[in-house]
Amino acid sequence: MKIVVCIKQVPDTNEVRIDPKTGTLIREGVPSIINHDDKNALEEALQLKDKYEDVHITVLTMGPPQADVALRESLAMGADRAILVSDRAFAGSDTWATAKTLTAAVKKIGDYDIIFCGRQAIDGDTAQVGPQLAEDLGLPQITYVTHLEIEGNKVKAHRALEDGYEVLTTEMPCLLTTIKELNEPRYSSVRGIFEAYKEKTVEMWNAKDIAISLEETGLNSSPTNVRQTFTPSPKGQGMILEGNGRDTVSELLFKLSEKHLI
Amino acid sequence: MNFNLTKEQEMVKTLMREFAEKEVKPIAADIDEEERFPRETVEKMARYAMMGIPFPKELGGAGGDTLSYIIAVEELSRVCGTTGVILSAHTSLGAHPIYQYGTEEQKEKYLKPLAEGKYLGAFGLTEPNAGTDAACQQTIAVLEGNHYVIDGSKVFITNGGESDIYIIFAMTDKAKGTRGISAFIVEKDFPGFSIGKIENKMGIRGSSTSELIFENCIVPKENLLGQEGKGFGIAMQTLDGGRIGIAAQALGIAQGALDECTKYMKERKQFGKPLAAFQGLQWMYADMATKVQAARFLVYNAAMKKDQKLPFATEAAMAKLFASETAMEVTTNAVQIHGGYGYIREYPIERMMRDAKITEIYEGTSQVQKMVIAANLLK
Repeated sequence: MKIVVCIKQVPDTNEVRIDPKTGTLIREGVPSIINHDDKNALEEALQLKDKYEDVHITVLTMGPPQADVALRESLAMGADRAILVSDRAFAGSDTWATAKTLTAAVKKIGDYDIIFCGRQAIDGDTAQVGPQLAEDLGLPQITYVTHLEIEGNKVKAHRALEDGYEVLTTEMPCLLTTIKELNEPRYSSVRGIFEAYKEKTVEMWNAKDIAISLEETGLNSSPTNVRQTFTPSPKGQGMILEGNGRDTVSELLFKLSEKHLI
Repeated sequence: MNFNLTKEQEMVKTLMREFAEKEVKPIAADIDEEERFPRETVEKMARYAMMGIPFPKELGGAGGDTLSYIIAVEELSRVCGTTGVILSAHTSLGAHPIYQYGTEEQKEKYLKPLAEGKYLGAFGLTEPNAGTDAACQQTIAVLEGNHYVIDGSKVFITNGGESDIYIIFAMTDKAKGTRGISAFIVEKDFPGFSIGKIENKMGIRGSSTSELIFENCIVPKENLLGQEGKGFGIAMQTLDGGRIGIAAQALGIAQGALDECTKYMKERKQFGKPLAAFQGLQWMYADMATKVQAARFLVYNAAMKKDQKLPFATEAAMAKLFASETAMEVTTNAVQIHGGYGYIREYPIERMMRDAKITEIYEGTSQVQKMVIAANLLK
């Protein structure tokens, strides 16, 4: 079984601070990590590798050269191959252009049965790239996977819903997006860390390598663009009305109509 | 002098920090209170190749270096001094002498499972009457045909009773003094070998410290480590390396106490302002932070010297002397900064202070380190 896991290197914080003047992320002093949901994706691939023979895992990321560290960590956890798709031409890509770029990279990889993506990245929070990649590759997809079984050439997955889950089956090749309920990611092993740096390599692919035209990637090929990013101003103080039911209800109605809310 | 970590070492540090926070810290207070050896942590460390970091992959290790191993001990000790010393005694004292002095057969049979973490290792040199004066060994080993017969006892043995393999020192020729001491690899199930009293200690209470008893203990001849009569040198050189491990343990304990102070001084308010705003405490804190960083440079420097195959005995003694005294001073001041909360068991600070004290004592007291440093520099 050949598996591709798409990961993203993100700043290690759930409270991404934004420079109010420039509207950009403040990355200084914030260590970079593998996006949480993507670690669940990699863990699921590694568990398949533990369970079945002849499983080969390729980890793929699109990012700046520093994303090398995230790929080395994936190798240290047990992945077999790591590819960094990196080119100045990719800068400013939105999810559409990112998916197009990853599609070109996956086509170059060629042979695969399952593509795993984390549900969404903690920095962008769009949850779009996985599904877009499936569409671009013409693959069936199951999102929000919380449980997975392989049955012959099919996968059977639990897909989380707000109030339960549905059980879906699809043929491979397919694309699955994973959430944290799926598994508990393992640590890297210390031996894995030294192998990742001394014995394994991270392949670097640029735009030319994956044969993507500049009309499909980068800022100018991105249909969405960010006008402004800002931290919402804190909400005002709440108000608690006290007294008997009748009085407080009429006071509530008065306050609401005063603010033109009703 | 360059103290920048390599990418591998940085990643080991990040891994060990995460492992320590998630797997070690949550049970640190309990294993101390209950004097319980954290077997589950040792098994987890084995799973992630943390039990043989500086040994080659072919010998079951992680294929790493001394500094990475030292960083691992530091990060574990930052949250739990017990776990730090279990790894340090196992790696430096139990496994390393076999790596350095063992035959190919001994490495295959003993080092491999030690480095893989299938076996735990320990080192038995100290006796009731041979502490700092380690040459005064009374345990004897007599060659009888194809085996040695060992009689005597050892005390204060870290990982004693929990280990599978013990590096044991005994007199094979009393008349020759230190040149009559030999080293042996003893399996826990060898006939005539038993575990005596388990000590009830002030600190590192989750680690096992025991007496080892040898009564007509039969040790196969091929388990002699190195040559007959070379045991004292093996012990001393092993302790040179072990001291970097204990220095790293002390460094980690000191850093852990400092981190607790950083948090507490910002949170705790008295007279309407946080402790961090009082200059008297700022000065105390600044001294603590400075000494911890100085200790780190000494410890890393000794580890790097060892990795570069340069002489490191003086550097290791300096690192252990300074780091252990820093750990004692920093944890004592950390208790002071925490006031009453520093003295009670709901906070980790008093445990850190109890754990720190032993680092000034074992693998050579502070006074012995000074003897080593002066002897090396004045020769």
